[in-house]
Amino acid sequence: MKWARTAAIVFLLVVSAACLLANVIAPASYAHQFRDEPNASPSRQHLLGTDDLGRDRFSRVLYGTRVSLLLAPAAALLTSLLAAFIGGLAGFAGGWVERLVMAGTDLFLSLPWLFLLITVRALLPLNVSPIISVLITFAMLGCLGWAGAARIICADAGALAQADFILLARASGSNGFRLLWRHLVPNLKPVLYAQFWISVPVFILTEANLGILGLGVAEPLPSWGSLLRELESFSTASAQPWQLVPLILFILVVSSFHLVLSKEELPV
Amino acid sequence: MKKLLVFVALLTLIAFGSSGLLAQSGRELRFCLRSEPKTLNPLLAADDASETVRYLTGGVLVRVNRLTQDLEPELAASWKITNGGKTITFQLRDGLRFSDGTPFSADDVAYTMQQLMDPALHSPTGDAFRSSEGKVETQILPKSRVRITFPAPIAGLDRLFDQVAIMSAKSPQKEMAVLGPYFVGENKAGSYLILKRNPNYWEKDPTGRPLPYIESVRLDIQQNRDIEMLRLTRGEIHFINSLDAEYFDKVAAQDPSMAHDAGASLDSEEMWFNQVANSPLPSYKKAWFTSTNFRRAISEAINREDLARIVFRGHAHPAVGPVSPANKFWFNSKLQAHLFDQKSALQRLAQEGFHLQDNVLRDHDGHPVEFSVITNAGNKYRERMATMIQQDLSGVGIKLNVVTLDFPSLIERITRTFDYEACLLGLVNDELDPNAQMTVWLSSADSHQWNPSQKTPATAWEAEIDKLMRAQASTLDPKKRKEDFDRVQEIAWQQEPFIYLVNKNALSAVSPAVHNAHPVVLRPQVYWNIDQLSLTNEVARNR
Repeated sequence: MKWARTAAIVFLLVVSAACLLANVIAPASYAHQFRDEPNASPSRQHLLGTDDLGRDRFSRVLYGTRVSLLLAPAAALLTSLLAAFIGGLAGFAGGWVERLVMAGTDLFLSLPWLFLLITVRALLPLNVSPIISVLITFAMLGCLGWAGAARIICADAGALAQADFILLARASGSNGFRLLWRHLVPNLKPVLYAQFWISVPVFILTEANLGILGLGVAEPLPSWGSLLRELESFSTASAQPWQLVPLILFILVVSSFHLVLSKEELPV
Repeated sequence: MKKLLVFVALLTLIAFGSSGLLAQSGRELRFCLRSEPKTLNPLLAADDASETVRYLTGGVLVRVNRLTQDLEPELAASWKITNGGKTITFQLRDGLRFSDGTPFSADDVAYTMQQLMDPALHSPTGDAFRSSEGKVETQILPKSRVRITFPAPIAGLDRLFDQVAIMSAKSPQKEMAVLGPYFVGENKAGSYLILKRNPNYWEKDPTGRPLPYIESVRLDIQQNRDIEMLRLTRGEIHFINSLDAEYFDKVAAQDPSMAHDAGASLDSEEMWFNQVANSPLPSYKKAWFTSTNFRRAISEAINREDLARIVFRGHAHPAVGPVSPANKFWFNSKLQAHLFDQKSALQRLAQEGFHLQDNVLRDHDGHPVEFSVITNAGNKYRERMATMIQQDLSGVGIKLNVVTLDFPSLIERITRTFDYEACLLGLVNDELDPNAQMTVWLSSADSHQWNPSQKTPATAWEAEIDKLMRAQASTLDPKKRKEDFDRVQEIAWQQEPFIYLVNKNALSAVSPAVHNAHPVVLRPQVYWNIDQLSLTNEVARNR
């Protein structure tokens, strides 16, 4: 399956490059409404046609992919760091600290995510630009997604804390911080790495869910969530199959993220 | 070979079975409800599904003809309003019976009124009659007459009885005994309702044949609009009473004869600015929003024609004001929709000290003009309108932020915290009479959205509207009422506390198998003349 992993990496690089160069590649602004051509079919001017408001769909796919593909990894990084800090510390400390932190984590896990996101979104200030709104959305996702990963990291850190090499390091006079930084964290890297790659598609999906509920990235900025909303009506999508391009791209990207993980990195 | 024979036999059975079903379908009209009726008590109906059942089963004293918009006699052969609008006397038809055979009399009208006005019942229909404190008195008079006296005059009193389904005082079946064309024969919760033809229905066609023509009505509960569409195209249901523009175009593409656009409906989509004095907005924004010129400029900067053409695919009209042109009597025909004119908008803004600087509009203190508009998440038409308005306003240097909120959060902001700048919502209007809009236009009212529950009117024009609305409600002279309400519409047009955007068209889809269907703009658009409808098989049988 090495070829599949390589293909996935190449695909992700191509997609990333295309959306980073959206300013150059896109034939029109993602927000410009060609009001004489709403719902246009693909043409030389509009490769993927136009949406309901006459906006060039190809440009919106490029910019939307950029938003989702840049910010989902950023949110995943934030989640992984929070999970590493909270889970690692709890696992390393053990005893009542671990029990207390894990009780808090369980409580956090039991919260209904989607409703929590909708509530938090409703409490945010209204007068924010679309760019700020998208940053807020993904920052919220990053801040709320740590609990599951923290549990895994805590278990791993707990097991490592009992390992022979840690005992040896303790016996050699290593203090708490040195033990944590030099011996524990490097051994937690594969788990953290796996958690990061798993979180990326999860956040893309969550943003898409919020977008479908109309609570994702603010107009006119596109994201995969807002692009996928066009597919709400099955009959529309079947009559205009080019509308399925964002969905196909989304599936390919999420699948690629999973293929990027090597067998050893996949969580048990 | 044996298996093949069994298969062929099964196919034959299915074929005969389905032909039997098709034969039956001529006697049964079928359509979908979007949700289960919350109640079958006609006095408690508030949701669409319950109102549908009430319309199909309830007998009323008078009925608004949905086509002509005139009031017509039903259970009452005639009626008279006296005592300055406080009293209405109905002359009832003789010899009528409820669906279970119980005779109909003035006692039933008295019983219905007593139930309707019972504060413990909390009837939404009864709320329309509660214009002031005091008891409603019902007097049974000789010769099948009944007199109802209210504590205060009610303008448009007779039309309110269109919603009052008369219940039996004596029937053991209680509210299930009805005087309408159908009665509830079967109710499978969450799945379907079957309404059966009322054998005692009073009305007959010109040839003397009892109405309704159709034997039964099956109401399937179906939330998914795609499935509802599919069932219509397969011939499993006979009509979709109300469609949005997207689905309407799909129907029209498949079979143009099924698609019916009755023109502008009473419903409107509008936007308003928060003018609440103690709202948590900066004072310079409050000054913008309370400026008539600012609101007029925003209105002129919005291209309503584009909203109707693009968002509603041409199935909407630029809105003029609080009354849709669909409301034949009350619409002020002197008014026209505000035209899209960004030059004029900039001139108005300049009069208020606004100026363009590097394509950014600034007020006289240099604040860039930026505000947010909230709308309910999930309503794609409103989201699209907001996005188009965003681009329109950028043409006059205004930055608009579109925020979609879940409905409870939105309601919280516009009714309690007043922490919003502008809001885009729609008004679903069933009532023709301006009295239904009292709660919107009186400055003291809760639904006076831009600045609700004022102790004294904040502006002179709001004080004038208060005066005019009260004046039209306290007179029975239709000409005087019309004059007063025309003036209210003029003030609303000039001041634009609500920036009316579009009136959506009344769209429906009806199978060619349904005869005598004339979809109209008033609800219920398709089955308003349910007793006159017939199905293809039925017509063939009659011939």
